[in-house]
Amino acid sequence: MSDIILQINNISKQYRLGLIGTGTISHDLNRWWHKVRGKEDPFLKVGEVNDRATTGDSEYVWALKDINFEVKRGEILGIIGKNGAGKSTLLKILSRVTSPTTGEIKTKGRIASLLEVGTGFHPEMTGRENIYLNGAILGMTKAEIRSKIDEIIDFSGCIRYIDTPVKRYSSGMTVRLAFAVAAHLEPDILVVDEVLAVGDAEFQQKAIGKMQEISKGVGRTVLFVSHNMAAVKSLCTRGIVLENGTIGFKGEIDKTVDFYLSERFFNDNNKGIVKFDNKDVQTQIDSVEILKSDNRVANNFLMGEAFKVKINVKNKSKLKRIKASVIITSANGVKFTALRSHEMTKSTYSSNGNFSITVDINEVNLMPNCYFITVALLENNFDIEIIEQCISFNIIANDVYGTGRIPKGRFITFSRALWEFQPND
Amino acid sequence: MSNSTKDTWLYTISAKQKLISLNFREIWRYRDLLLLFVKRDVVTLYKQTILGPLWYLIQPLFTSIIFTLIFNKLANIPTGEGVPPFLFNLAGITAWNYFKECFTGTSDTFKKNQNIFGKVYFPRVIMPLSIIVSNLLKFGIQLLVFTGFYIFFVYVKEAQVVPNVSLILLPIVILIMALLGLGLGMIISSMTTKYRDLTFLVQFGVQLLMYGSAVMYPLSYFKAELPKYAWLVEYNPIAIVIETFRNMTLSIDVFYTEKFVYAVVFSVVLFLLGLIIFNKTEKSFIDTV
Repeated sequence: MSDIILQINNISKQYRLGLIGTGTISHDLNRWWHKVRGKEDPFLKVGEVNDRATTGDSEYVWALKDINFEVKRGEILGIIGKNGAGKSTLLKILSRVTSPTTGEIKTKGRIASLLEVGTGFHPEMTGRENIYLNGAILGMTKAEIRSKIDEIIDFSGCIRYIDTPVKRYSSGMTVRLAFAVAAHLEPDILVVDEVLAVGDAEFQQKAIGKMQEISKGVGRTVLFVSHNMAAVKSLCTRGIVLENGTIGFKGEIDKTVDFYLSERFFNDNNKGIVKFDNKDVQTQIDSVEILKSDNRVANNFLMGEAFKVKINVKNKSKLKRIKASVIITSANGVKFTALRSHEMTKSTYSSNGNFSITVDINEVNLMPNCYFITVALLENNFDIEIIEQCISFNIIANDVYGTGRIPKGRFITFSRALWEFQPND
Repeated sequence: MSNSTKDTWLYTISAKQKLISLNFREIWRYRDLLLLFVKRDVVTLYKQTILGPLWYLIQPLFTSIIFTLIFNKLANIPTGEGVPPFLFNLAGITAWNYFKECFTGTSDTFKKNQNIFGKVYFPRVIMPLSIIVSNLLKFGIQLLVFTGFYIFFVYVKEAQVVPNVSLILLPIVILIMALLGLGLGMIISSMTTKYRDLTFLVQFGVQLLMYGSAVMYPLSYFKAELPKYAWLVEYNPIAIVIETFRNMTLSIDVFYTEKFVYAVVFSVVLFLLGLIIFNKTEKSFIDTV
């Protein structure tokens, strides 16, 4: 089946910044006066791209601008983007919480969202009563809820408290109950936002499992919004990247994630390449690049992903026995790993002109974080140049063991290992 | 979803809107939600109280006693031939309370529910409708109390009161009160999403309206004493409803057909107006509330 279930045409959403006060009414009256005379809204022309970090001149911003895409029946679409890229606004429009400023969305199925769990929970009512109320708010009928109530209670793991008012629940229990209700929704199109950062580790596992089960259910169309690239990659078939309210990329999920990772950077000062000023010396490091295995410059890598560091050198003299070092450090200068050409190879290099040295790092075993690279260039045993922490890169969480689970914890490195179990009689 | 719906879109989300886009099928689909909201309102209101739903009775009874003391015993406002002032006041307050509760309950729909409305979609009009229905339950209880006192006064105190034939119109009277409260409430609620000024008006506006709605005096008395301002009360549809309610139960005055028709038309128009404004607002109020 390849019919289109959801069509998004030219969706834009404008927001007004600042406070609503007496000043706002003049704009409202102006807008109304234009409307009365059958003219276009004067404030729709203004408005800037929604970039959180820069100050703009206009009071109006476009949280979304000209969004177009289609979703086929049974497809699981990943929506990724930085904070403030417009993901939530898009979901709000899709779930009809707010309407778009321009454009339209056509759908052939009912849309339900897991935007926020526990909407409409009343503290004075019991868990059971709240399941009914919350389920109805999310669009289920009483009969539907009744047929699933045991399943819901069981999934929540709150059976002991189910006839106690929710105000007596711990916050974790409330969330469990709320997620249990939401997870048993059966709409044609399900919108899932990152609700998974809830509950304890055990429940999170359960929630992720349920989510995968829902998403992989027969013919279910899912829009999945997440920052968890591993989850997006394993669940989705196609993806779109939102950037400042516009679609930056759409296509196959792997390409989408790659695009997103290459665009995103935690440190805005480099994108995987750094160039140095001319120093008017015989030999100097001209630039340092970090490359993906296919030689694209990047500064975001998944855990376990191979990458290369390339040192480009401008040289006018005759050099023999050239050596290079690449040292990976933390942001505060703790040295983790040194890669030295003269230790790792038996050959040395010599050159009369410009040259470059590349080290191909097969696996660096670092946990997700931001890291810096210090490079050193030597001739014989004399330093030509050492540049401390000249470039940074990020390691991003990844399902590195292929188990569907992401290594957690504040550790520096991870290791591959084999586990063995033997019963001893 | 079957293949028969292949080329028809279920619905469209867009910026444009029809004047009245009340989707009855959708509201019907959410009828369970309506009932659950009603249940929530009724069940949770008097949780952790000792007297519980008895508070439904205490409120109108005490108000009636105070009114009787002040307006009838102290200010000597007549309540008609042989009509006990307490019964007169209880009738007025019972009717007024329903309108008032409907109005104040719905007038902050958007503001009060912005948390829910900001996260999930369901026909927004379900919310004010549920308030109307749950207040109807309250009204029913108060009506029973009124009936109880009515019987008490007729048989024990031997008061000379009889109901009027027009009592068969009671359901319509209740409907008018609901429509008036709902219509006005929806208008206020829509108008206060962006500019909150009107909320201050509601608080004392309701108080003022009660004095202008013939709750504690008969319209005929007002007309006799203050003929200059009588039109204020005479054309007030709420006053007409309250008068009609009292006349049909206590036969104080005759039934005025034209006035009643006027009140019906007024309430329907007000309700439709409220619905239009409410529909216009519900689409994007979440951005401005």
